[in-house]
Amino acid sequence: MSDPSQEPQKFEPRIVAFLCKWCSSAGSDLAGVSRLQYSPNATPITIPCSGSVSPLYILSAFNKGADGVLVSGCHPGDCHYMEGNYLARRKLYLVKELLQFVGLEPDRFRMSWVSAAEGAKFAQVVDGFVKDIRTLGPQNRLRR
Amino acid sequence: MTRRTGVFVCHCGKNIAATVNVKKVAQELAKDEGVFFSEDYVYMCSDPGQGAVIDAIKKNNLDGMVISCCSPNLHEKTFRDASELGGLNGFQCEIANIREQCAWVHKDIGKATEKALKITRAAIKRVQRNQPLEPIGVPVTRRALVVGGGIAGIQAALDLTDAGLDVILVEKQATIGGNMIKLSETFPTLDCSQCILSPKMVAVSKNPKIRLMTQSEVESVSGFVGNFRVRIKTKAQYVDPEQCKICDDCTAVCPVAVPNQFDQGLTNRRAIYIPFAQAIPASFNLDEEACLGLNPVVCGKCEEVCEAGAIDYDRKPTVTEEDVGAIIVATGFDLYGMDKLGEYGAGRYKDVLDGLQFERLCSASGATGGHVLRPSDHRVPKEVVFIQCSGSRDPENHCAYCSKICCMYTAKHATLYKHHVPDGQAYIFYIDIRSGGKGYEEFVQRTMENDGVVYLRGRVSKVYQKDGKLRVLGVDTLTGTNVEIDADMVVLAQAMQPSKGTAEIAKTLKIGRDKDGFLAEAHPKLKPVESVTAGIYLAGAAQGPKDIPETVSQASAAAGKVIALLSKAELAHSPAVARVREPWCTGCEMCVDACPFEAIELVAGKARVNEVLCEGCGSCSGVCVRSAIDVKNVTQLQIHEMISAILA
Repeated sequence: MSDPSQEPQKFEPRIVAFLCKWCSSAGSDLAGVSRLQYSPNATPITIPCSGSVSPLYILSAFNKGADGVLVSGCHPGDCHYMEGNYLARRKLYLVKELLQFVGLEPDRFRMSWVSAAEGAKFAQVVDGFVKDIRTLGPQNRLRR
Repeated sequence: MTRRTGVFVCHCGKNIAATVNVKKVAQELAKDEGVFFSEDYVYMCSDPGQGAVIDAIKKNNLDGMVISCCSPNLHEKTFRDASELGGLNGFQCEIANIREQCAWVHKDIGKATEKALKITRAAIKRVQRNQPLEPIGVPVTRRALVVGGGIAGIQAALDLTDAGLDVILVEKQATIGGNMIKLSETFPTLDCSQCILSPKMVAVSKNPKIRLMTQSEVESVSGFVGNFRVRIKTKAQYVDPEQCKICDDCTAVCPVAVPNQFDQGLTNRRAIYIPFAQAIPASFNLDEEACLGLNPVVCGKCEEVCEAGAIDYDRKPTVTEEDVGAIIVATGFDLYGMDKLGEYGAGRYKDVLDGLQFERLCSASGATGGHVLRPSDHRVPKEVVFIQCSGSRDPENHCAYCSKICCMYTAKHATLYKHHVPDGQAYIFYIDIRSGGKGYEEFVQRTMENDGVVYLRGRVSKVYQKDGKLRVLGVDTLTGTNVEIDADMVVLAQAMQPSKGTAEIAKTLKIGRDKDGFLAEAHPKLKPVESVTAGIYLAGAAQGPKDIPETVSQASAAAGKVIALLSKAELAHSPAVARVREPWCTGCEMCVDACPFEAIELVAGKARVNEVLCEGCGSCSGVCVRSAIDVKNVTQLQIHEMISAILA
């Protein structure tokens, strides 16, 4: 570790990724099995369904200092629980609006649809998100 | 909250240890609050590894266990079982996935180790608030519903009764037999379809354990695995099958003629009709849409001549409610629509036939009594062009998928044509020949060599009428030349697509469909006959294009699954279900609306969860503004603590 007093530390985004158990978490498993290399900045939390993601989770993550939050579920129409991801889409769209309203860059929150067969897409989603968050810099607006 | 958590970090040989400093992870975690025990081991899933889990729990009296290893899809069950052997409830063991989600996807040891620590810490936080859970026992109705009376449904129903189960077989059409009964011969053995299927149809009708309900559809389903309640709607039975003597006096007087679906519209039938002579149930039926006489003032001729008195115009549709423990969906396929294949002249020229129409021309019970004749002028066609992949393998314009059976049935069609018209010439346009299956490749070779069928590798661009012939413009990509054939008949090998009612039944039963509309299996490799909904199974072409042997195998497999399911006195349902904290609940009903399974209702102003219906998806907790409803062991508190652990 370099001494922060000596040189400005390189910004390493801290991202929380909520992955649904059936599609996106399985997709991340496939990325692993395929040995695809992607950025280590996003730490996964596996949840049963993207529909179970409460807006509070997202706010809580920003509150605790996350620079970005990713929610990834099954493709619309493919939800293991039939309609959980539709619910997530409707609800989390409003969260994005809310974040903008309170002055946070809406790009810090992202939703994606990654199926169990899309290991490569999962890696791309994470890399793309990490890259965008790097551009935005550290998140201080909602940090407690 | 538990205070004596144990952690094991697995090396997975070098799989994890190459990129994650597993020793450091184990040592760091040992310092964490509530962690009583933390060690690493080279292969946790091995016998000594599992033994270490059991010993650690017993020796240290652990009340929570985290195994930091591969994906929970692989070994969650392994380590939960091991925990149980150590005396710890299985639900108090959690997996931290540091292989697929960490070690395998990163190269930098420092960063990967840091991420592995975060992932494992989150799992520790979660497990510390996990509760011991016991599977929920649910009683079982030992009876099954089979939807669809084609070969898949018939096979499944017969297998189920062999195991002593009662079966309700629901079929939309007036007879069972599905698409298979329309076929002339079947590849690769060329045994006649009627000869192999009719005996099974008769077996269904004579089986006292099968309740056959034709002209019926499933209207709604409620309940859950082991205890479904289904409502089945049956069309009005104007002809009583018990009284009908199949004497055929009624058709002689019926003045109406409509296209006969059984002959794919090549012939007409009366409004009162029997689909074909060997139909099951063996009875005439009245097509209420075509009949003039439901108002007896207008016609009523058939009722007058029916000596058995089997006809009653005043019959009404009926709705039956039945309880079943499991459901097999076998709703079959339709051919890809001729209306979408205008480039081949489909729907415009009478002599451009679909695959099933050609079957009916070849069939002894068919439109022409088994003679291959042109529908337009009843002459024997001397040159016939078969076009494979009509509507399949064409993602830009039609279906992207390979319909799997068309190579084989086209080879069969060409062979049958040569048997009927030995001096005729058959041409087949193809993209690739896919003939995997026992005796299939040999069959195609015989078609090429013995029957002199000309195989042309390429697509057809256009079919149009010229001088009483059908001019087929195509290309032979092997010689790089354009091909023009003046054919007497064109037969399309259309893609299979899910039958028309499949979307509706999927919605009624709440089972998923794939991108092409076929019913989705729970896992493409390991659960090919299960739907995503427990207790509902899939069989036949409604799940994907397949031939008869595969359909029969899948039907028997689905029946086997149902037999195993219904052999138990009680079923175990996952206990990770939603729970309401009543003091916080305001009865706003947001969760009631969000629940995809109708598992929540309002009782005395508070949400109440039916634990047997609940699948644990958490849609309810995602919308509850007061955080009053949670899925057990994935509570909102647990998620917040996991977030804290990751961002600490």
